[in-house]
Amino acid sequence: MTKILVIAEHLDGKLNGATARAVSAAVATTPESIDVIVLSDAPEAIAAEAAKIEGVSKVLTVARAENAHGLAAVLAPQIAKAAAGYSHVFAPSTTFGKDLAPRVAALLGVSQVSDVMSVEGSHTFKRPIYAGNAIVTVEVDAASTVVATIRTASWPAAASTNSSASVEALTLDVTLPSHTRFVDLQQGKSDRPDLQGAAKVVSGGRGVGSKENFEIIYKFADKIGAGVGASRAAVDAGYCPNEMQVGQTGKIIAPELYMAIGISGAIQHLTGIKDAGTIVAINKDGEAPIFEIADIGLVGDLFKILPELEAAIGQ
Amino acid sequence: MKILVGYKRVVDYNVRIQVKPDGSGVVTDGVKLSANPFDDIALEEALRLREKGLAEEVVIVGIGPADLTAHLRNGLAMGANRAIHVQTTDAVSPLAAARTFLKLIEKEQPSLVILGKQAIDDDANQTGQMLAALWDRPQATFASKVEIAGGKVTVTREVDAGLETIEAELPAVITTDLRLNEPRFIKLPDIMKAKSKPIDVIELGSLGVEVADHIKTTHYAAPPKRSKGVMVKDAAELVAALKQKGLL
Ligand SMILES: Cc1cc2nc3c(=O)[nH]c(=O)nc-3n(C[C@H](O)[C@H](O)[C@H](O)COP(=O)(O)OP(=O)(O)OC[C@H]3O[C@@H](n4cnc5c(N)ncnc54)[C@H](O)[C@@H]3O)c2cc1C
Ligand SMILES: Cc1cc2nc3c(=O)[nH]c(=O)nc-3n(C[C@H](O)[C@H](O)[C@H](O)COP(=O)(O)OP(=O)(O)OC[C@H]3O[C@@H](n4cnc5c(N)ncnc54)[C@H](O)[C@@H]3O)c2cc1C
Repeated sequence: MTKILVIAEHLDGKLNGATARAVSAAVATTPESIDVIVLSDAPEAIAAEAAKIEGVSKVLTVARAENAHGLAAVLAPQIAKAAAGYSHVFAPSTTFGKDLAPRVAALLGVSQVSDVMSVEGSHTFKRPIYAGNAIVTVEVDAASTVVATIRTASWPAAASTNSSASVEALTLDVTLPSHTRFVDLQQGKSDRPDLQGAAKVVSGGRGVGSKENFEIIYKFADKIGAGVGASRAAVDAGYCPNEMQVGQTGKIIAPELYMAIGISGAIQHLTGIKDAGTIVAINKDGEAPIFEIADIGLVGDLFKILPELEAAIGQ
Repeated sequence: MKILVGYKRVVDYNVRIQVKPDGSGVVTDGVKLSANPFDDIALEEALRLREKGLAEEVVIVGIGPADLTAHLRNGLAMGANRAIHVQTTDAVSPLAAARTFLKLIEKEQPSLVILGKQAIDDDANQTGQMLAALWDRPQATFASKVEIAGGKVTVTREVDAGLETIEAELPAVITTDLRLNEPRFIKLPDIMKAKSKPIDVIELGSLGVEVADHIKTTHYAAPPKRSKGVMVKDAAELVAALKQKGLL
């Protein structure tokens, strides 16, 4: 019997959109039930949000003061305990899920399927390796619990419904370690659309040249209502913060429109945007590899083109 | 304090990987192999901690076939004190790798284990977290800053929301992100010196590690290709094309 436990990701009392994407992958596995587990110091509001996701049978809450900061070492033993009776445990393939799920898998004595792109059967999945340059089909032994992270860019968010699944409080008898402590979280504050959920994303690369120059990218993104990303080279050079990095080792995204500006198109960057709807490249070098995969290319100086684009778009 | 470092050999990041036509794997014959970039960063961090006087010994660990020796010599030339080569010709799953590290930890008693956050071949991103779970010790993944003082390590982690700082008691497992440091280049005299540094060879079979894997890779495929699109000549044409697609 297929019963799936989905680990909810949340921050500041709000459910993260990646959770509903993991639920989509759970739905594709056609299980008997999909339960979402919320571990927090105050799970109620988050659970209420999760209960509205289409396909969810039940939401389980684990309220403990220690769960305030989502530390893997603290959450994993609770999830491993709660996983009894489930055939699958899914988490989104975000830094939260990547940190936590392998720790859960090891406690359950199983390997993990990382970055599930498609579900081929209850125990058969496709996932990328070599920065997405090969896609493998993997089969998990039918007798083992499947622990998997879900590549969020491959899955739409499951819809939200008006009816609510039931919410049940769980008490787990688990002693929690005190060897790991949260100190702080410096969040980039931005009113722009979240990179991982945005329909449009404008990214700048080394070609932008400096932190000051990066304003031209923000300005253009605001003009078209886009989220802002960057190449690793731009982040390494200090033009923008780390959470903006797109690629193999940054965020994997699938916006409807992706505009790469002053980005050469290294394989590790392309890994992050393979699933984008339309890719636009603006680069002064007509030979840049980005043009090999761009749907629309424009050769020229970004500092000249971006103001022209703004003018052409009009008010 | 002793530091154990994961030092995996992978297909070089510049190689364009080709899937074999019959779907049985990727072409690795004659392909350039290098240290996993995240493991070079792990080794660099360990060496810096040693140079600051916070550690005495840095031991690199490679799990793989007999010809791993040259790769491990590179790590020794970079500055590791010695190497442990766990020899096997089989593919090792992240769980089996974590179990192997645990066996070595029991013997070596390190205060810190530094691994890469992911190996760029399988991109599994699991081994460090699994090791920390099996060892029942703290994990600090995706590290971009590491500070050690008073039996504790303070780590800044690159997370989706920004930068998270956590504090962990030693011993602990750290996995490296790209911005932790820039690995040093190996100098010629160091290559000579490395020739006399010890490499312990241990047969994986002799460690009593459960390696059987319940996940099988049944097929390899090339990813769907994005085809080359159109070129436009100026901003006005670009805006028109985007409007036509309903994107503006
Ligand atoms: C293990 C590993 C992981 C990595 N992970 C990632 C990752 O997650 N994400 C990532 O992005 N990279 C990653 N990289 C790095 C990647 O290999 C490239 O180095 C990086 O993507 C290059 O960034 P870039 O395109 O901005 O810079 P460059 O390659 O330097 O390209 C800059 C481009 O800007 C153009 N340009 C310059 N001036 C102008 C102008 N005025 N107008 C228009 N165009 C201009 C140039 O023609 C050039 O094409 C990784 C590398 C390794 C080894
Ligand atoms: C041709 C081929 C076929 C394969 N077939 C299978 C298969 O059928 N099933 C399967 O499960 N795996 C298979 N593998 C996987 C391979 O053995 C991986 O090494 C293993 O899955 C670990 O994954 P990872 O390195 O991506 O782990 P990650 O968790 O991404 O590695 C993180 C870190 O752990 C450390 N580490 C991990 N492995 C080692 C190591 N060997 N030596 C030293 N340090 C290490 C490193 O510090 C590394 O940076 C195959 C590999 C190849 C090349």
